[in-house]
Amino acid sequence: MTTDSGTPRSGEQQESRAGTPIKAIPARHPGRWVATIVVLYLVVALIHAAATNPNLDWGEVTRNLFDGFVLKGVLNTLWLTFLSMVVGVVLGTILAVMRLSPVPIVSGTAWVYIWFFRGTPVFVQLLFWGSIAALTGRHVAVQIPLAGVVLFHTTITNLVPPLVAAVLGLGLNEGAYMAEIVRAGILSVGEGQSEAAASLGMTRLKTMRLIVLPQAMRVIVPPTGNETIGMLKTTSLVGATIAYPELTYVVTQVYAVNFLIIPWLLIASIWYLVMTSVLTFGQYYIERYYARGAARTLPPTPLQRFRALFGRAMTTIHAREATQPLGPISKAR
Amino acid sequence: MVKAEAVGKSFGRLQVLKGVDLEVRPREVVVIIGPSGGGKSTFLRCINHLEKIDAGRLWVDGELVGYRQRGSKLYELREREIARKRSEIGMVFQHFNLFPHMTALENVMVGPVQVKGESKSAARVRGMAQLEQVGLGDKLGAYPAQLSGGQQQRVAIARALAMEPKLMLFDEPTSALDPELVGDVLGVMRQLAESGMTMIVVTHEIGFAREVGDALLFMADGIILESGEPRQMVANPQHERTRQFLSKVL
Repeated sequence: MTTDSGTPRSGEQQESRAGTPIKAIPARHPGRWVATIVVLYLVVALIHAAATNPNLDWGEVTRNLFDGFVLKGVLNTLWLTFLSMVVGVVLGTILAVMRLSPVPIVSGTAWVYIWFFRGTPVFVQLLFWGSIAALTGRHVAVQIPLAGVVLFHTTITNLVPPLVAAVLGLGLNEGAYMAEIVRAGILSVGEGQSEAAASLGMTRLKTMRLIVLPQAMRVIVPPTGNETIGMLKTTSLVGATIAYPELTYVVTQVYAVNFLIIPWLLIASIWYLVMTSVLTFGQYYIERYYARGAARTLPPTPLQRFRALFGRAMTTIHAREATQPLGPISKAR
Repeated sequence: MVKAEAVGKSFGRLQVLKGVDLEVRPREVVVIIGPSGGGKSTFLRCINHLEKIDAGRLWVDGELVGYRQRGSKLYELREREIARKRSEIGMVFQHFNLFPHMTALENVMVGPVQVKGESKSAARVRGMAQLEQVGLGDKLGAYPAQLSGGQQQRVAIARALAMEPKLMLFDEPTSALDPELVGDVLGVMRQLAESGMTMIVVTHEIGFAREVGDALLFMADGIILESGEPRQMVANPQHERTRQFLSKVL
């Protein structure tokens, strides 16, 4: 039988005949130092201004940053973001596969859906959901369309409570955007992959699920992370439309009473930044997971990268110390 | 095993196959050579219905490809039936088309498990044996990107064989390989031919055709210009086009 051909098979291990290792003095970058000083100066000035401006009222901020209402708002925002993205991703994937279907009624339906939900502002869509009682009346009957068979009676707030209205409003809108992201991912996978799967006897749907979508994930994940961060911030529209107590809603309720607008907006901003930072970090690890098989070696984690940077800085300093006595600078002195 | 009668195929206004007739008997190895654009790959892809033929008739194992005949009428097969028939025909591609997000073993297992409904443990055992057979018993957990071209193509052959096909199609299996690695892949194919597999091989490896092939076809401009016993045909081509082509590749 044939042998493994990954390594050269003839000839024993060669003795290295490379010359003495190079030890060079690193190139100097004076421009970088100037830029660093300018930026640091501006940052210090900004921090000073922020710290001394009485209108920012940092005391109020720190006193209430971990207030129970605020934390509840943060949790509600996260929950709303999570549910809306789940609806968006699932719906988007279904719509993307539908759009690529050879059946006209299927691809057409997806096209019209995306056209509508991408073509109207999410704020307006949320207002619709917030005023759904005005559309349906307070009492509704759930029935089979056009057939007149009534399944049950209820009130609209029972059927669509604020959380559900918010998730539907955000999720249905997100589905339209996710559909295009997923479709781009699907199209990025080469045709040879579908052909190979077909030649094994897989059906179109199985090929999609087992072969195409897992590979499309590499293209889908980065913009989806972007969408999630966008969604986290878009949930702030819900307070103004559906009266579900997410973070911005809570904050506006408080400053409507105590008039400390700026510090309470700062509290909201700090929490949004914390949440988006955590999401950014999480996205990195998800991307890394889906990169397997696509690259020979996985990219380093942020922690590994930090260590590498730190390690390199240390070795550079050591190298400089070692070469200094022989370097041109010491000669100039 | 495979029978073609006046098979025609056009891409838009470009007629790629202009009436191909062919008969491949069980356990036979048929090698197709010819210039690029001559329709070799297209014809091969018609056999497992990756391309739809638009003229003539094509049978695999006595059944029409892509259609069912009732009386004088042809009925298109449904996707599921086409998929089932494809699962009985193995195909090896020029660019391997391994699934990059799966290890070598997972590539070999995915067909039996997902298409034939075999249990994972049984597929694993058979997959390992299959990879062992193509000389890659030590690369089970490697991803395609970590393998050389020759190794990838051998995984692709193992993947096709895992479906226990009754017919194997090879579409220029060595054309994308470094010359150094061609031998390993041809070795596996030779062994497969000796085991009695029915094979149709599109290739530029005249040496392989001569040593392993039972029949050699020269295809150009959408038709089979010449066919015969490989050694005789290579040594003494009858058709002028065949002579020209062979003088350039040999």
